[in-house]
Amino acid sequence: MPDRPPDAVIKAEFEPRIVAFFCNWCTYLAADLAGTSRMKYPPNTRVVRVMCSGRVDPQFVLDAFAHGADGVLIGGCHPGDCHYQEGNYKALRRFELLKRLLADLGIEEERVRLEWISAAEGDKVRAVVDDMVQELRALGPCKLEIGEAEDSLAEVAV
Amino acid sequence: MPEKPKIAFYWCASCGGCEETVVDLEETLLDLAAKADIVFWPVALDFKRHHVEALPEKSILATFLNGAIRTSEQREMAHLLRSKSQLLVAFGSCSQLGGIPGLANLFGRDDILRTAYFDSPSTVNPDSVLPSTRFKDDGHEVELPLFDNLVKTLDQVVDVDYYVPGCPPPTKVVRDALSMLLAEQLPAKGAVLAPDIALCEECPRKDSKPEQLFISAFKRPQEILIDEQQCLLAQGLICLGPATRSGCEAACLKGNMPCTGCGASTSRVRDQGAKELSAIASLIESKDEAEIGRVLASIPDLIGTFYRYGLPGSLLRRKRINGHAQQEVLSVK
Repeated sequence: MPDRPPDAVIKAEFEPRIVAFFCNWCTYLAADLAGTSRMKYPPNTRVVRVMCSGRVDPQFVLDAFAHGADGVLIGGCHPGDCHYQEGNYKALRRFELLKRLLADLGIEEERVRLEWISAAEGDKVRAVVDDMVQELRALGPCKLEIGEAEDSLAEVAV
Repeated sequence: MPEKPKIAFYWCASCGGCEETVVDLEETLLDLAAKADIVFWPVALDFKRHHVEALPEKSILATFLNGAIRTSEQREMAHLLRSKSQLLVAFGSCSQLGGIPGLANLFGRDDILRTAYFDSPSTVNPDSVLPSTRFKDDGHEVELPLFDNLVKTLDQVVDVDYYVPGCPPPTKVVRDALSMLLAEQLPAKGAVLAPDIALCEECPRKDSKPEQLFISAFKRPQEILIDEQQCLLAQGLICLGPATRSGCEAACLKGNMPCTGCGASTSRVRDQGAKELSAIASLIESKDEAEIGRVLASIPDLIGTFYRYGLPGSLLRRKRINGHAQQEVLSVK
């Protein structure tokens, strides 16, 4: 591997943490397919299997960010293919509003992503995760600092 | 005759509306005064901080504290009243979730001071004066509270036993909370002392809510003539009734205005704004991304709409500023 960067560079590179909510009927199977097909993609996602992308409560996404995620990926069935008929449309509507709200809260649009990935599209899982990791690396850590350290700053200097 | 239980009321970052709601108890207040001693209530009674400090630990049965926590003085008072009280009740939206003052968490402390003391057009401050915690004048030194970087809910500062929701809490909810307290019939610690059901359940317009509700454009109250009988969601207004706790008996709805969510959420919800957002977004009719975007664009102020009363108490608590929490401290010559 001639292009491999020196170890020091690898260590210094920021590794984004992505929480991925994958639909049981499509994207989760696609991720499985990517695995059994021995496709290689970055190990930055923590996959949570949900029954439907429509099950992804916006609270889940906020909670992921509150607990230190740098990005959240939601994977659902293509439009028209939902196992429960309408779940992915509900996911889409909520996602569009959530994305805007997060932007108002200072969390960049690139940190949340909704992708339609069918059970046959193992390669799309690889491509999407690859791409998202690249984007998040460029953005840097999310760092919310909502804990106690933020309490109160020193006095204003006059 | 056995000693009467002691009750205290206190205010932090608030508007005074919660005090008003106590006064609105009318005769119930006289009943309360007959059954309990009010030992501290700055808005109405002349007791000072040193009177509270002189009380034995845990000698107050319950303190009702309204307002969010924004300054060092408010933090100190919260700790003091916590140590003197058996029960501490977060009273009203600000104390429970941060309330309207909590919207200041969209900015850092420095932004706020800069705007207030330098940038606002009406400010005249030729000597670039900023508030400081110590100030000397004519040989006397005055101490002022420190303005914190963040607005906090009461339970982010001290342990809280109960919550009374609302902006301000409805008198019925307050009356019920007081009678539960005096009758020693309080629920388990941590409970919100209001009905644990969504507002739609007690809304007089409930029957006019369609079985299947679809919205193709959101409207603001000033843009339409609001029908006084029909469900406001069905009229395209953003009414947060589906994701807000009841207890107010739909007071705003009776005034022909949509619910803005001051009652906070039910016990099944952690983040009120996220749940409200979820409820409202799923009503959009379209399945097309661009069209959904167009419909959503008719909601002007997302945080002001969904986190009007609860930003500090939400999962994210504040806006992420410049890619990180603000650490810079203003320094002015």
